[in-house]
Amino acid sequence: MMAFLLQHAPPLVIALPLVAAFAMPMVSRLGARAVKAWALLSLLATESLVLLLGRDVMSGNPHVYALGAAIPSLTTPAGYPIRIIIEVDAMSAFMAMICASISVLVCMYSLQYVRKKGGQDKYYTLLLLMTAGMMGLVCTGDLFSMFVFLELLSVSSGALIAFYARRGESSEAAFKFMVVSSIGALMVLLAAGIFYGQYNMLNLAAIGGMLRFGFLDKVALVLLVAAFAMKCGAVPMHMWVSDAYGEAPAPVSAFLVVASQASLYALFRVCFTLFGVAAATEIMGWALVVLGMLTMFIGVTMAIPQKDIKRLMSYHAVSQTGYMLLGVGVCLAVLGNAAALGSFGITAMQGGLFHVVNHAMYKGLLFLAAGAIIYRTGTRDLNKLGGLAHRMPLTAIFFLIGAFSISGLPPFNGFASKLMIYESVFRFNPLLSVIAMLTSILTLASFMKVFHSAFLGPELPEYRGVREMPPAMWISMGILAVFIMLFGIFPDLVVQYLVGPASQALLDRIGYLGGVL
Amino acid sequence: MKRKTDKSMDDGMSIIVKVAAYVLAVPITILGLYIILHGHLTPGGGFPGGAVIATLTVLFLVAAGKEKAKALKRDMISFAGGVGLVLFAFFGFIGTGTTFFFNALANSGSLFGMRIPFGVNPGYMWTAGVIPPMNMAVGLEVAASLSVIALVMFVYTMEDER
Amino acid sequence: MMDLPFIAVMILIMLGISAAVLKRNMIKIVMGVSISASGINLLLVALGYREGGVAPIFTNAPAAQMVLPTPQALTLTSIVIDLAVTAMMLSFVILMYKHYGSTDSRKRRLSG
Repeated sequence: MMAFLLQHAPPLVIALPLVAAFAMPMVSRLGARAVKAWALLSLLATESLVLLLGRDVMSGNPHVYALGAAIPSLTTPAGYPIRIIIEVDAMSAFMAMICASISVLVCMYSLQYVRKKGGQDKYYTLLLLMTAGMMGLVCTGDLFSMFVFLELLSVSSGALIAFYARRGESSEAAFKFMVVSSIGALMVLLAAGIFYGQYNMLNLAAIGGMLRFGFLDKVALVLLVAAFAMKCGAVPMHMWVSDAYGEAPAPVSAFLVVASQASLYALFRVCFTLFGVAAATEIMGWALVVLGMLTMFIGVTMAIPQKDIKRLMSYHAVSQTGYMLLGVGVCLAVLGNAAALGSFGITAMQGGLFHVVNHAMYKGLLFLAAGAIIYRTGTRDLNKLGGLAHRMPLTAIFFLIGAFSISGLPPFNGFASKLMIYESVFRFNPLLSVIAMLTSILTLASFMKVFHSAFLGPELPEYRGVREMPPAMWISMGILAVFIMLFGIFPDLVVQYLVGPASQALLDRIGYLGGVL
Repeated sequence: MKRKTDKSMDDGMSIIVKVAAYVLAVPITILGLYIILHGHLTPGGGFPGGAVIATLTVLFLVAAGKEKAKALKRDMISFAGGVGLVLFAFFGFIGTGTTFFFNALANSGSLFGMRIPFGVNPGYMWTAGVIPPMNMAVGLEVAASLSVIALVMFVYTMEDER
Repeated sequence: MMDLPFIAVMILIMLGISAAVLKRNMIKIVMGVSISASGINLLLVALGYREGGVAPIFTNAPAAQMVLPTPQALTLTSIVIDLAVTAMMLSFVILMYKHYGSTDSRKRRLSG
């Protein structure tokens, strides 16, 4: 049974949340409790399947699965790859584990956060569809499937952003999000069309094997990088992030962070595996580094004057994405230079990837804490909040853990990944490291301002009757806080078992191509 | 925010349009079902056939007006769409003994599995394995979803207060 | 003259994106995205063409070379996705019209 599940795990990981979402109109006839139980159970099943697959993949063998073939690993029956091929290597498994875990915690939090009467089954359907879209985006092995799952992710996220339809602002934020996302996805489709016209193949491994870096390939590379950078909120294209994360319900904001990181994964997959060393990686790497610097700095400076607590945190999410782009961009820039790669390139990439999982956790914790404040007090404006630490001490502690993590203070996980990025980027170019540290100081200042104005100070009369959070909410936040502290105290174990195989799989282009061809 | 209601659409359009719509309903349904059922032989398949059947709902909404449109229940149509999708997934899981989405019924002698040689042929209906049932499931689902979209947009824009 | 479909594709995509970026009325923005999507669908179908080919269907097929069937499957998927995206964006326009009273994209309340 276990061997059967393990062999067929790649498509089941995508199919399980999808079929659960399909069955939701039928389950909703049984009542609201059945809907919540169904959603939570299917997400837990997906999580266990992902952990089973991930444990096998991390110990060294990537899984390749051809949908509809006579045996699952028969990818090239006639000498070239046909059919939709799912390839799960260590980097895909790493991202899939993040997505599945955060989806379970978000679902648990929403059990008591979402109180709207009529639309509960639609909320959970959309949550399951978002999970399926993310799983498909990180596990798939060809470019057109990436377009399809990217659009699935965008459409379900857009519908969830506009969930509170009573406010006009949420529809406006969702409209902006949809326009930007669909233009980005159309650019991905245009690049897929360009590749199909030249090589008659859509599979990432097949195109990577046949790539001659001509003019049309350069156009396709620019389109792909621009589209995926647009979807993760890098700076010239960051305007939708503050509106979208600010107007969505709080658990959905936490999940949207992971969705942006899935598009960051797609960007890395295209740059490292599809294009690889032969394709002028120094220019590409410097482009990513410049994007990362601008994103970090502009994100944090736009966050400081904000008054709305969720808009402020969404600008910080933009800024932290800059760290990931910086770390991986440095590795890409020295990819051709074996000595530099060995001394600081791999550490930079590991720092960037470690920052991905850390950011998902502490940004999720911060958004969920903001959600708890909004749930109990009903307001988002920092000028009106004050003195909540008397009444909501648990929320204050979780918020403080998240704030110290994001600023990179020692026993928490933000410190470990930021230290790896600072060290390696300093040897690449010292100025970049100085700007990164400056951003970190500004982040700490901004979060101290938020903590002071929301939690400290005398207790205000209008919040005298405020109670602590309901149990489903503090259980999910507690799990996140425990993992943040564990990852902060034992960072070398995390790098050895999780981040190390992932970064190695990303650099090992020959292994990825060999899995399919 | 109250706005002046558009009372002219309450009873639908004139009697000529209504009779023409009710007469046209039969050929539209037959065309849609033909496109769905012959999806593995001629161009078309689940999605275009389902879209043709959904135009039936739009025709009904425009001809009959807002009062009669309340007779269409959104939950039942949504439920039918869910059934269609679960059937699609079921047919995908049939072949899981070999691989997911494996065409286990083709060339096998059972329901849709008539054996024919590869190449040009004058179009045999009971062939192609899992594909015709998947077409039918997708057709049901697309017709249901597009009908629900049209119904919700029509009803929501025609009501006069939130 | 062999390049005529690709020139048409470029014109459609440029028109679509310039409409989405420059126009003020929100419904025109939605139409711009839809025109862009149609342009890319035309690109996908035009890529599969082979000189003097027939449709890739085995039922009563004449004896000639068939055009490639894969881009037709890609185009069908893309059309379905664009339909869903357009329906959603139009629903958001309806909701915004109900709350703000106009379809002008400059009258909005979220900024900064």
